[in-house]
Parts: sequence; C-alpha cells; structure tokens
Amino acid sequence: MSLDESLSIRVNGEHRRAAPGISITDLLVELGLDPLRVGVERNLELVPKSTLAEVQVEDGDDYEIVHFVGGG
Amino acid sequence: MNAQNKTVADTWTVAGRTFTSRLIVGTGKYKDFAQNAAAVEASGAEIVTVAVRRVNISDPSQPVLMDYIDPKKVTYLPNTAGCFTAEDAIRTLRLAREAGGWNLVKLEVLGEARTLYPNMVETIRATEVLAKEGFDVMVYCTDDPIAAKQLEDVGAVAIMPLGAPIGSGLGLQNRVTIRLIVEGAKVPVLVDAGVGTASDAAVAMELGCDGVLMNTAIAEAKDPVLMARAMKSAVEAGRMAYLAGRMQKRRYADPSSPLAGLI
Repeated sequence: MSLDESLSIRVNGEHRRAAPGISITDLLVELGLDPLRVGVERNLELVPKSTLAEVQVEDGDDYEIVHFVGGG
Repeated sequence: MNAQNKTVADTWTVAGRTFTSRLIVGTGKYKDFAQNAAAVEASGAEIVTVAVRRVNISDPSQPVLMDYIDPKKVTYLPNTAGCFTAEDAIRTLRLAREAGGWNLVKLEVLGEARTLYPNMVETIRATEVLAKEGFDVMVYCTDDPIAAKQLEDVGAVAIMPLGAPIGSGLGLQNRVTIRLIVEGAKVPVLVDAGVGTASDAAVAMELGCDGVLMNTAIAEAKDPVLMARAMKSAVEAGRMAYLAGRMQKRRYADPSSPLAGLI
C-alpha cells in the first residue's frame, strides 16, 4: 500500500490506483462501466456477477474486465 | 403436411431454444455499428456472434455493440475467436457467461493463425468441460463426420463444420463430408465459415444443414446490407429446395414438352 493509502491495482494490464474499501461494482462505476454488461476476473478467478457488489478491491489485485465486441 | 405448411412451420431448435431464421451472422469487420445493425436487420438473423474482449478503460464513452444491436431482441452468441487452447476458450466463455448472463455459446479452438483451422483435440476437450459446467455449446469444427460424432458424445448442442477457411469466401469445399455429418447428427448442423456468396449458403442448406453462420461474406461485400438480404433469400431458398426434394440427375436430356402431337 502506498503512503496515501490508496490501493495499487492492475486493470486490463494497466496500473491504477483505487480508494480503499471500494467494491468491484464501485470500481466499475468509477471506470465508467455498466456492471451489467461486463465480465470480471480477479487474480485469474471469475467473479460471479451476483457478488460484484460484495467483493472488496484489495491492494495488488489484478483485474480482467471484458465485454462483447463485434466478431464472427 | 403439404409443402406450404412445411415452410410456414419450419423452425429449428438448439438446446431448447427455437428460431425461425436459419441464418446466423457475425458482427465483425463492418465499417461501423450502424452498417452492422442494418445488415443484421436485413439478414433477418435472430442470432449474432460476438467476440469477448477487454473493455476500453481509457475511453469508456466509446459506442459499443450493445448500443446498436439489442441483446434483448437478438440472441448474442459469444465466441472464442482467437483462442488456441482449451483453457483459453473455457476462460473466455466463463467470462462471457457473466458478462451476458446466457449460457448458449460458440466454441472455437484454433490450431494455427494461417488457416484458422480448428484444433479438434482441444475443441473436444473444451466442449466436454463446458458442457459439464452447464454451457450449451455450439461447436466450430472440421468437416469430419467422426469428430462431429465425438463432439456430440461429449455434449455439443450443435455441430458447426467449416465450409472453407474462416474469411476465405471459397464456398463449401467438401459437400460429401458435410452431408455425412448432417446424416449422422442428432443435433443441429450449421455450416460455419467459408461462405462467399449467396449460392454457397444455398448449397449448405440444400445438403440438409439446419443453418448457416457467416460474417465476412456480408461484411466485405461492396453493399453489405444488400448482401445480407441476398443471404436471407439464399438460406430460405436452399432450405425450401431441401424440403421439396430435388429431382434425380440424369446423364442425358429428357424433353419437358410432350413428344405426342408433334406436327
């Protein structure tokens, strides 16, 4: 944890800082994403949509956040 | 049942979901979302394939596919395009199930980038795992009747053999094996990939396939919306021809006008 107590995390391979105590849903909203339209993996483990609001973001977390794009 | 009733009630069902349109279209390679949406509309497709990719963190306000093609109206079929191992494909579809909330998916595990030919060992392995996890797995595969049976045995809900390499537009290269797969399958069979123009789609349907899946043939046409309409007609025409039962081929001519009464 850094001196200002913000959390150091990675989202889709990019480094970010997050406020302590926030849930994954809070993180998604902060990123401008609709939690209903994305799939989230935390430290290589799938996070069920039903638990996004309960799981707390922790220092060092690594997130993959995906959605649907055009494809064949 | 007469021929007219047959076509009126002509639906197909995959994993308990019933559809009228036998054309599934991709959503890649279009100029923009508006053109993509217009092509889907013109095709009459009730299912579209979509890819699963990282969200754009740096600019989340960019328009997204769902803004243009409503998943409440059109069934989104998430694919595993770009996956070369069973593990990557399974991981992708687990995420897709959370992102969308639906379990009907399209599995493709590719063997190499140059041909995008399926790796069937990995494909069969992934199908088995996903089926056990409750996914309804429609599977892109080789046009191999034995592999098709093996997929069915491990729980595939639809068999989707390639007609030709993805994006090649070469048309159905092996009608014999596609027909053998159709004859042997208890689940729907859809030709997936290789269609280049309307007649290719009609050929697939005339062989008795339950449907056709395509992307590039529409997206890379000079007029994608018009081609989408053409594909809709071709799939319907091919299906009706299959139901009607084609005439036997003859080696020589057989006059259509009566020989009697010639002056």
